[in-house]
This record gives sequence, structure tokens and C-alpha cells, in this order.
Amino acid sequence: MTETLISVKNLKKHFAISSGVFSRTHDYVHAVDGVSFDIGKGETLGLVGESGCGKSTTGRCILRLIEPTSGEVWFQGADVTRLGSDALRQLRRDMQIIFQDPYASLNPRLTVGAIIGEALQIHGLAKSRKALEERVVELLETVGLQPDHLFRFPHEFSGGQRQRIGIARALAVEPKLVVCDEPVSALDVSIQAQVINLLEDLQEKFGLTYLFIAHDLSVVEHISSRVAVMYLGRVVEIAPSRALYDTPLHPYTEALLSAVPIPDPTVKRKRIMLQGDVPNPIRPPSGCHFHTRCPIAKPDCAQRDPELLEKRPGHWVACHYRG
Amino acid sequence: MAETLLDIRGLKTWFATDDGLVRAVDGVDLHIDRGETLGVVGESGCGKTVTARSVLKLIDMPPGRFEDGQILWQGRDLIPLGQDEMDKIRAREIAIIFQEPMTSLNPVYTVGHQIAEVLQQHEKLSRKQAIQAAVEMLRLVNIPNPQKRVHDYPHQFSGGMRQRVMIAMAMSCKPKLLIADEPTTALDVTIQAQILELMQEMKDKIGMSVMLITHAMGVVAETCQRVVVMYAGKVVEEAPVEALFGDPRHPYTQGLIRSIPRVDRAAEHKERLESIPGSVPSLLNPPTGCRFASRCKYAMDICVRGMPPLKEVGPGHRVACVL
Repeated sequence: MTETLISVKNLKKHFAISSGVFSRTHDYVHAVDGVSFDIGKGETLGLVGESGCGKSTTGRCILRLIEPTSGEVWFQGADVTRLGSDALRQLRRDMQIIFQDPYASLNPRLTVGAIIGEALQIHGLAKSRKALEERVVELLETVGLQPDHLFRFPHEFSGGQRQRIGIARALAVEPKLVVCDEPVSALDVSIQAQVINLLEDLQEKFGLTYLFIAHDLSVVEHISSRVAVMYLGRVVEIAPSRALYDTPLHPYTEALLSAVPIPDPTVKRKRIMLQGDVPNPIRPPSGCHFHTRCPIAKPDCAQRDPELLEKRPGHWVACHYRG
Repeated sequence: MAETLLDIRGLKTWFATDDGLVRAVDGVDLHIDRGETLGVVGESGCGKTVTARSVLKLIDMPPGRFEDGQILWQGRDLIPLGQDEMDKIRAREIAIIFQEPMTSLNPVYTVGHQIAEVLQQHEKLSRKQAIQAAVEMLRLVNIPNPQKRVHDYPHQFSGGMRQRVMIAMAMSCKPKLLIADEPTTALDVTIQAQILELMQEMKDKIGMSVMLITHAMGVVAETCQRVVVMYAGKVVEEAPVEALFGDPRHPYTQGLIRSIPRVDRAAEHKERLESIPGSVPSLLNPPTGCRFASRCKYAMDICVRGMPPLKEVGPGHRVACVL
């Protein structure tokens, strides 16, 4: 493996639930419950799971858009979770995020030029107004938009174009790591392919590292070199994407993969149907979080927490009975 | 030849807006036979939802209006029918389920009340009988503990469970046709698999036809017998599912199928996705010729002159392209 760019260790985020007159905290949502992974330089790590599994929270904790409850995030020799506000601002030059909803993540009252240029100004990356404008135009062209889009407002663009604006905004400060939080989920399929191709081109051109968060397994498989599967706040399996899709070890990964519809009517597969819904993350099941829905669960799965272990080279899985 | 249940001929549903006339559905022909599942696919704004809602006349008029065409339900045109007559057809003959189960259920009534309401309206049952029937419907759609759950409110159900409630409600009068408008789009893949299986089960039990509206080609491939592809208010291709995926003829259909990354093709993994350049044209001033011409890589002079009609290229396979 290449040099590690970011290393996440036992990251936890518990959201307090409070109610009543004194807002007494009486419970916690265990959104992220001990997540660890590394991402190598220039690599794309896919993070998949169903809604509520904690994948977005993980992404945001890494950038400290959400304060993690505990754990460490090592990036360029520093623990991100301990940085002060000045150091954090410096850090944000190196770490950027692209959001899911291109409608909600762009300020409707700013022109595209102002949205993309804002970060350049904050970080003092443009010497003059002219330099700023030139840089923004260059960024627009990089993501496939026109220079005259500079003075338009977000509502004048389609979903796919807005996502390009979001990408240009993230790239403005020349980051090393980009967290892509469901960047194509809100887009139509033909537009989705445009944006995925753009992200791949940009990665090659600028040597970017991606943490690619999505619920669509086909998209994640396509873009990622390695994939981590999350369930109820924990990583249950992490492997090179080929290995994960060819020989999934965790029963949850297996079920998830078999549930993805294949756009080919001649392919007939055996589907592993999971019963019920994802349990409530306020009181996650004891032991292995998946045991309540697992087709191969044994009594002790409810007692013992499975550890994430390297069962095959580069292929980690948290299951007592697999691998 | 199977009996035709629904036959839409040259339907035009237009909307008068402040910006002008939006030709959302602009001359659509499609039919559904008894017992079959027809997929209607296309990207956002292609008119698939408006077509579906037109069938049940769930379009607000104004701003909407039926400009032209017929909607023949078992040979009888629905367009001239009044409210009272439509009410006899809705739920009993044709039922509909929507994408957002949270917004289509009334939050202030229990689910039992809402299912019972449908039954009382159409089946002349007493209150008590209707509630009992609602319990049976919930049991039918595999909601655990239906005796108790019938008294719960929509917010007490998860997304997948709510969609089950919607299906129970739609099935309660045993309709001949179920229109499912993006029924699984808001759901996770494992829950999507459950709901699609449930719809298949219901279809087999009461022998109804299904019109499945979706943008997900994978879902179409796995559930439909025939498919209609729509683009910018028009049908561009219609084919049996095997022919559509095996030998797509319209450049738009080809683009749609090739732009989806596929989980089952891990081997050819790093190939680039084919994308369709540009985006969907405005329906305010649709181009005079083929509406796909501006994005089509095979476009010729003849394409911009007039919209090519659907022509037969194989058994049940029709395509609107000059090639």
C-alpha cells in the first residue's frame, strides 16, 4: 500500500437526546460507534451502508463539521480532533467536502463566482481581484462549466451543473482529501455518469484522495479502490473493491450485494432477503449489531462483539463465523 | 393476445405556467395488458409521473389540462368522466402508490383509520368490519403484530413499513391495475428488495397488472415484462424487457443502459462509464424535431426537422428514431 494520508482510529459520535424542562440528557444515539480505517494517498475509499448507518456522520467527523465524541483522526502528522480553531482553518485547505444535495448546499444569494471565490479569499489565495477571477474561471473550466457562468446564481443551473459548482468550490483551495458525501445520489443516471467521470478525471489530474460515501453499491464499486461497509455505526467489512464484490465475507455485505438490482433481465441470482428493518441506534443490539437480522447468527453473537480482523490479505471482516 | 386493460392514445397533458405552456406529456401512447407488469422509465421531468397521474385524473386543473388524446380503461375513455364516476374507478379498479410514503399518508390519523376509510368508501362495510379488514390487509403485507399496529400513526412506522401500509391500502379493494410511482426510490436497497418482492407476491395473489414508474433500470430489469422509455414528454422506445436490454435501439435507451455502473461486472471494473452529454431540454419550448437530437451522437439534419414516429423493429419492439 502507498503512503497513508489519513488514519481514523476508533472514532465515535454519540448524539445526546434531551427533552423536558431542563433538557436533561436521557439517551444517546450511537451514530458512529468505533470506526477505524486508513486511506492511502491518491486512493478512493468507498463507504457504503444503508440510511442511518453513520456513514455521513463519519465523513463529517473527519472534517470536524461535527465534533466527534472520542477517537483520533490522524492527518499529516496531527490529530485533527485536537486542533484549535486556527489550525483547523489551515487544515480545511487540505480537506474539503462535496455534499449530496446540490440545491441545499449552495447559497442562493451568491453568484457562482462568489461561491467558488469565497474560500480563495478566506485563505488569501488570490493576490488581486483579477487573479481571483482568473482562478475562478479556470476552476469553472476544469469542471466543465462556461466562464460566463461566473455571474449567474445557483437557481439558473440544473442539478448536474450545480454539483459541478460544488466540486469547483471544493477544489478551489487545492485540497488533498475530498470527502464526497453522496455526490451523485440526487442526480439522474445519465448525469450521474457525467459527474462520476469528472470526479475520476480530477483525481487523476490533481492526485486527489477521496472518501466516497454513498448508499448505491454499484456506484461505489465503480469508483473505489477499497470499500468499507458500515452497519449501525460500525465497519463490518473492509476490502479491496474487487475482493469485496467477488467474495464478500460478512453476511450483511452478502445480503446488501444480493439486493442490488442488476440492469440485465438475463441475469438471475439468488437473493438473500433480510428480515425486518435496521434496529434503533439508540439501543443497538448487544454483541454483534447485525445478529438480529443475520441469517447465520448463533446464540453467542448476541454476547460477544466481533472484532474487525484481517482474515485475508487486505480483507478485514467483523464476524465470528466467517473468513 | 392478452386482453388490454389500459390503452393510452396520443395523450397530451399540458400545464399553463407563468413562463408559458409546459408540454409535460406530449403525445404518449402506451397500453397495459391484463396481468402484466409494465415499466415506465425515464429521467426526472420526462413526463412519466404526469402520465401516471393523468390516468387517475389526479392532475390539478388548472393549471393542467388534457390537450388531446384518450385514456381507454377497458375500452371506456376516462377523460370525459366526472368526479363521481372517477371515484368508482379509483381504488376499486385502479390504485396508486407514491414515492414518498410519509407525505402520502395523513399524519393525524392511524393507519387503520386510513385503510378503513378506503374500504368504507368503496365496499360498504361497517366501521368494525372495515377495521378488521384493515388488520387482515396489514397481515397480508407482512407487518408484524397487525392487531396492535393498526392503531399506530404513520410516524411510528419506518420508511419500508410505511410503504407496506401504502400497498395494503392500495390493495384493499383488489384493483385490476396498480400504478406504482417510484415506490422504492426513497428506500434502502435491502428494503427495496423486500417491497419489490411484496408487490410481486400481491400481484400473483390477486392477479392485477402493475404500471411501475421508475428511473432505476435495475428495478425494471428484475420486475417488468415490458418497458416503455420516455424522454421529454414522449415515448422513444417500447419493448419486451429482454429485447430492451439485449438490443436497445434508441440512442437514448442505449445511453441510459450504458451509463449505469454494474455490481456484477467487477472484472471489467475500471472501464469508463458512458455518459450522455448535456441535459434534458426545456419542455416550455421543446425542439421541433427529435427531442433527443441535441444530445445524440448520431444526430443528423433530418433529426431536427421532425419528431420521428414510433416504428416497429421487432415483435412488440417499437422505436422513435430515424436510424
